[in-house]
Amino acid sequence: MGNENGFLVALRDVHKVYHRDRIEIPVLQGINLEVREGEFLALMGPSGSGKSTLLNLIAGIDSPTKGEVHVAGESLGTLRPKRLAAWRARHIGFIFQLYNLIPVLTAYQNVELPLLLTRLSGKERKRRVHFALELVGLRVRASHSPRALSGGEEQRVAIARAIVADPTLLVADEPTGDLDAKNAAEILTLLQRLNAELKKTVIMVTHDPHAAARAHLTLHLDKGVLQP
Amino acid sequence: MRFVAANLLRAKRRTFLTVFSIAISLFLFCTLRTVLTSFEASLRASDASRLVVRHGASLVFPLPLSYRERLKQVSGVTGVTYGNWFGGYYQDPKNHFAQFAMDTRTFLDLFPECVLPPAEAEAFRAERTACIVGRSLARKYGWKIGDQVPIIGTIFPGEWMFTLRGVYEGRSKDVDENTLFFHWDYLNESLPEVRRSQVGVYWLRIARADLAAAVSDRVDALFENSPQPTKTETEKAFQAGFISMIGNIQLLLAIIGSAIVFAIMLVTINTMMMAARERTTEIAVLKTLGFGDGLILRLVGAEALVLSLLGGILGCGLAAVVFHESDFTAGGFFPNFRVLPGTVVQGLLLASLMGILSGIVPSFQAARLRIAAALRKVA
Ligand SMILES: Nc1ncnc2c1ncn2[C@@H]1O[C@H](COP(=O)(O)OP(=O)(O)OP(=O)(O)O)[C@@H](O)[C@H]1O
Ligand SMILES: [Mg+2]
Repeated sequence: MGNENGFLVALRDVHKVYHRDRIEIPVLQGINLEVREGEFLALMGPSGSGKSTLLNLIAGIDSPTKGEVHVAGESLGTLRPKRLAAWRARHIGFIFQLYNLIPVLTAYQNVELPLLLTRLSGKERKRRVHFALELVGLRVRASHSPRALSGGEEQRVAIARAIVADPTLLVADEPTGDLDAKNAAEILTLLQRLNAELKKTVIMVTHDPHAAARAHLTLHLDKGVLQP
Repeated sequence: MRFVAANLLRAKRRTFLTVFSIAISLFLFCTLRTVLTSFEASLRASDASRLVVRHGASLVFPLPLSYRERLKQVSGVTGVTYGNWFGGYYQDPKNHFAQFAMDTRTFLDLFPECVLPPAEAEAFRAERTACIVGRSLARKYGWKIGDQVPIIGTIFPGEWMFTLRGVYEGRSKDVDENTLFFHWDYLNESLPEVRRSQVGVYWLRIARADLAAAVSDRVDALFENSPQPTKTETEKAFQAGFISMIGNIQLLLAIIGSAIVFAIMLVTINTMMMAARERTTEIAVLKTLGFGDGLILRLVGAEALVLSLLGGILGCGLAAVVFHESDFTAGGFFPNFRVLPGTVVQGLLLASLMGILSGIVPSFQAARLRIAAALRKVA
């Protein structure tokens, strides 16, 4: 994989500064982070501490003000937008707090979306979509629209969408933030299985100590720096 | 591409309303264009080597029949015919089309664009109460040769009974096929003594089209000092003048119409932009999944284009069908009121333009959207 010294994710002195009405808001101040392949990492921290910002940098949907972000063998700062999009399609599976399924598409079509960017045959796509839905236990709901699904089910469809293209890294921003305890536990078990059985590297942002307890490792983000 | 379809079907009502408003604006556009093209067609159909002589003061005053012989003498004139506008209707005042009482001996000779089989022309001339009609008029009312055609006169009151003896065809598509011609002599003889021997319009055939100005001047000079002075002009100019009587209304119509088309266009563009704005999160999600900026641009743009073209096809199609089926002639005013293929093409081009205009802003916005910022808005 040509990783940075054997790490799947490596951040070097990453800074992020937002500007609002000419006022500089320093959010990340010199983040250094290394994540090995197969890791299950939880990021915690108070609201507004920059957890989502950090996750977005790792997922290549935002860029740092300063510093380097190496993920899955690429230095993201050097990629042009087109290459970066292709890189995301290949390496990143993103799970959102609010699921963010496309409401006009069925569960099946939502899961199929990332595969539309590949050269896979229709038959192969179908096989993979069914496999992903099977994995999250929702094969029977394939033809349902997101509106007909419960929150927990929607998030499982979103997870199927995140893994269908077999990405290197799963990133989840408060995946259980909008779910009740029972559904949250199911989702966390699913993430654990993906990590253990499919060897997916998982980075998860959460406020919930129970959720963080499922990870191998928890890091705390506060005042712009990471602490164990 | 299934994604485009799914997105359009999502807000069915909005899609329907948008398509519908585009359809209406293009229907209007086609109608207005057709008013113009029909007018131009009737100008084209008028013969440049034919002059129209009417009363110098107004079309409503007649000229004496005695002018016929004197007109024939004017150098450059190779044929004279004359007639009166009859202004009646068939059965119901709604059914009004042009009727002319014509001098049957000379009329077909001067109007070669009305093509009539020789036998029918012969039968028409031979019978005092005979009439001939254009092909589309005959088709519209289901008249066959030998039928009795009663026409209610308004300028010449009473019910006038004609026997259909011939159906003429236009030599080209521009020629009016919605007129009824009958014997001027029959009209004249049926009138009270005081109204007899009065001619509405004389038509002159001239040797060459470029003599038009000279011959017109000669004719008008001839009658300059008589109680009934004349005004002579080419048929084209005559038609143009006739139509310019309502020309101002036409202009007004064009202005109002264009304003409506323009307003609907703006509304449509706005609707599409709003639709795109509502989907900011979705677009950000697609981008997160790795959909490139170019692909997003094409998706959003294609949606606007499909919507506009759908509306365009609907609107132009409707116009073409409506004006084809209805035989709408505005009372003989636009004898060939039909939507030309060129108008449809223009309409569809306009629809594409609307599609491009309404798609361009949202699709570039979507392509340029910064994912992290867009996702924050809802999270
Ligand atoms: N585009 C932006 N412009 C200005 N400020 C921003 C922007 N994005 C984030 N911020 C600010 O940066 C800080 C960190 O935001 P971030 O969303 O990363 O926090 P978070 O730790 O994920 O918070 P939460 O737990 O509430 O999700 C916040 O103060 C936020 O207001
Ligand atoms: Mg957050």
